[in-house]
Amino acid sequence: MALLEVSGISKSFSGLKAVQNVSFEVPEGKIVGLIGPNGAGKTTCFNMIAGVYKPDTGTVMLNGARIDGRRPDEICKAGIGRTFQIVKPFAGLSVLDNVVVGALNAAASVSEARQKADEVLEILGLASKRLQAASTLTLPDRKRLEVARALATRPKLLLLDEVMAGLRPTEIDQMVRVLLDLNKRGLTILLIEHVMRAVMALSGNVIVLHHGELISRGTPDQIAKDPKVLECYLGEEAL
Amino acid sequence: MNLLLEGVPRSALILLALFFAALIAAPMVLNDYLIVVLITILYFAYAGQCWNIMMGFAGQLSLGHALYIGLGAYVTAALYVKFGVSPWIGLLPALVIAGAVGAVIGFLAFRFGVSGVYFAILTIAFAEFARIGFDHFPWVGGAAGYFLPVANYTQNDFFNLRGSQTMFYYILLAMTVLAFVLCHLLLRSRAGYYWLAIRESPEAAEALGINIFRYKMYAVVLSAALTSLGGVIFAFFYNNLFPEQVFHISRSIELILGPIIGGIGTLFGPVVGAFLLTGLAEGLREVMLRLGIDLPGVKQVFYGICLLCVVMFLPEGVWPPLKKKLGLDRDTGKKGS
Ligand SMILES: Nc1ncnc2c1ncn2[C@@H]1O[C@H](COP(=O)(O)OP(=O)(O)O)[C@@H](O)[C@H]1O
Ligand SMILES: [Mg+2]
Repeated sequence: MALLEVSGISKSFSGLKAVQNVSFEVPEGKIVGLIGPNGAGKTTCFNMIAGVYKPDTGTVMLNGARIDGRRPDEICKAGIGRTFQIVKPFAGLSVLDNVVVGALNAAASVSEARQKADEVLEILGLASKRLQAASTLTLPDRKRLEVARALATRPKLLLLDEVMAGLRPTEIDQMVRVLLDLNKRGLTILLIEHVMRAVMALSGNVIVLHHGELISRGTPDQIAKDPKVLECYLGEEAL
Repeated sequence: MNLLLEGVPRSALILLALFFAALIAAPMVLNDYLIVVLITILYFAYAGQCWNIMMGFAGQLSLGHALYIGLGAYVTAALYVKFGVSPWIGLLPALVIAGAVGAVIGFLAFRFGVSGVYFAILTIAFAEFARIGFDHFPWVGGAAGYFLPVANYTQNDFFNLRGSQTMFYYILLAMTVLAFVLCHLLLRSRAGYYWLAIRESPEAAEALGINIFRYKMYAVVLSAALTSLGGVIFAFFYNNLFPEQVFHISRSIELILGPIIGGIGTLFGPVVGAFLLTGLAEGLREVMLRLGIDLPGVKQVFYGICLLCVVMFLPEGVWPPLKKKLGLDRDTGKKGS
């Protein structure tokens, strides 16, 4: 049994089929990549897993228990942390307090949460900015804050939605190292990413969505050679 | 004590202690009129602090807080007049009733996704229901008003809240200090962090495991219940209650001007705002009186001008920039204190 099992989920928005009958698994301890052109339905998949939308059809299982249709806070409590592609920092709060809010999910007290938050800020290289208001952060730092906050909830599975977008190559490598390290320590990751060098470096398996449908899956190398994928997606980028 | 003082700059503590000492000493040096002005200030500071829990912390705009003032006032006044129940005991049912009404409003709004402007309108609607309802509620006097027996008291009857202005002054001072300390502690608690998170981004808050329905309910119920205590003092200080006045929307507006002008979501905002607004308004009244000018509605116009100035020039309110000026903003892990 995989940690996350997504079976036949679909979602339409007033007639527009954003996701159609998509199934995949994320085994415990692995990193799985989710790629596809813009509008393919990747974020919608995340939103169904994280409880923002109830799938029109299909089921989502975490550790063998159904979670589809549950509220986002219940799903977080069940062990899934997520970031938002369009970042949603608590703008008026300090960077530290942003992460403390996340850490309170698993911490018994505020002081324990502060400790955990400081650890996470250290990991993501935000420690020196901990007392700044989140509204003063640059976009790359906001992306890091998204990861920090989600990580602070102590998830079993982390959903990352384009957290490398806007990062410079050295920063991407840094983030890749951080994620690999976290993965080594037992964190399972499902990541949506356009930055192919990150997808290739991180993912054991990759899933490709196109027009809401799953069109291919396999190791990064297999995906990179799949004509269907090349046609709709990778072909656009200079690989 | 640790929790109370941790991370609070020393200069802030010294200033606060001086300010508090001055407030304690005030009745010994001030005349009756000025004590009434201070009572008004403390009343608004207290009620503003309670409103701030809902709006400033949890981001839920209530424009109907006169409802909770009125409920606290009517419940304790009726229990006292009809059954001789001490207001100190009567405030328990007042707390429960106001909290329950807050819970009903919160439940209706948050279950059915009513938020923002629509939530504010819902709060106005409930206050208006109450105004019209009490107008037609003969048991407590209806539109003709409800009166508490007044006599010349030679001694303060603390147990029945009958007595001198000074007694009310000290009770309100204690209430304001307690509300301030409570809010300070709340901001440092799990609930405080969750409220601010919900205020800043409900979607992100939910994704981090916060049951936003539950925590919004906590804010509304707590704010409503605490506000009703302001109504208890209102009833026993003024000794008369008219639905058209107590529940009127202008009362709700008046109550939130302090925190808006002082700084929404800050601890000192409601206090600073109450001092500024009431202090200036009374000063203005005094000047007009001296000059022999009698213009009705001048206070409302004055409030309007104050609000306009703050919205245009100090959108965060007076307190945040003032705090900087006083050099009090270097605390660690700061969070709207
Ligand atoms: N809340 C929504 N309402 C209406 N349409 C939406 C909504 N969310 C996504 N869509 C549409 O669904 C499709 C898939 O979007 P999305 O999942 O964001 O794609 P991706 O993340 O792969 O770029 C797009 O056509 C998008 O416009
Ligand atoms: Mg997307």
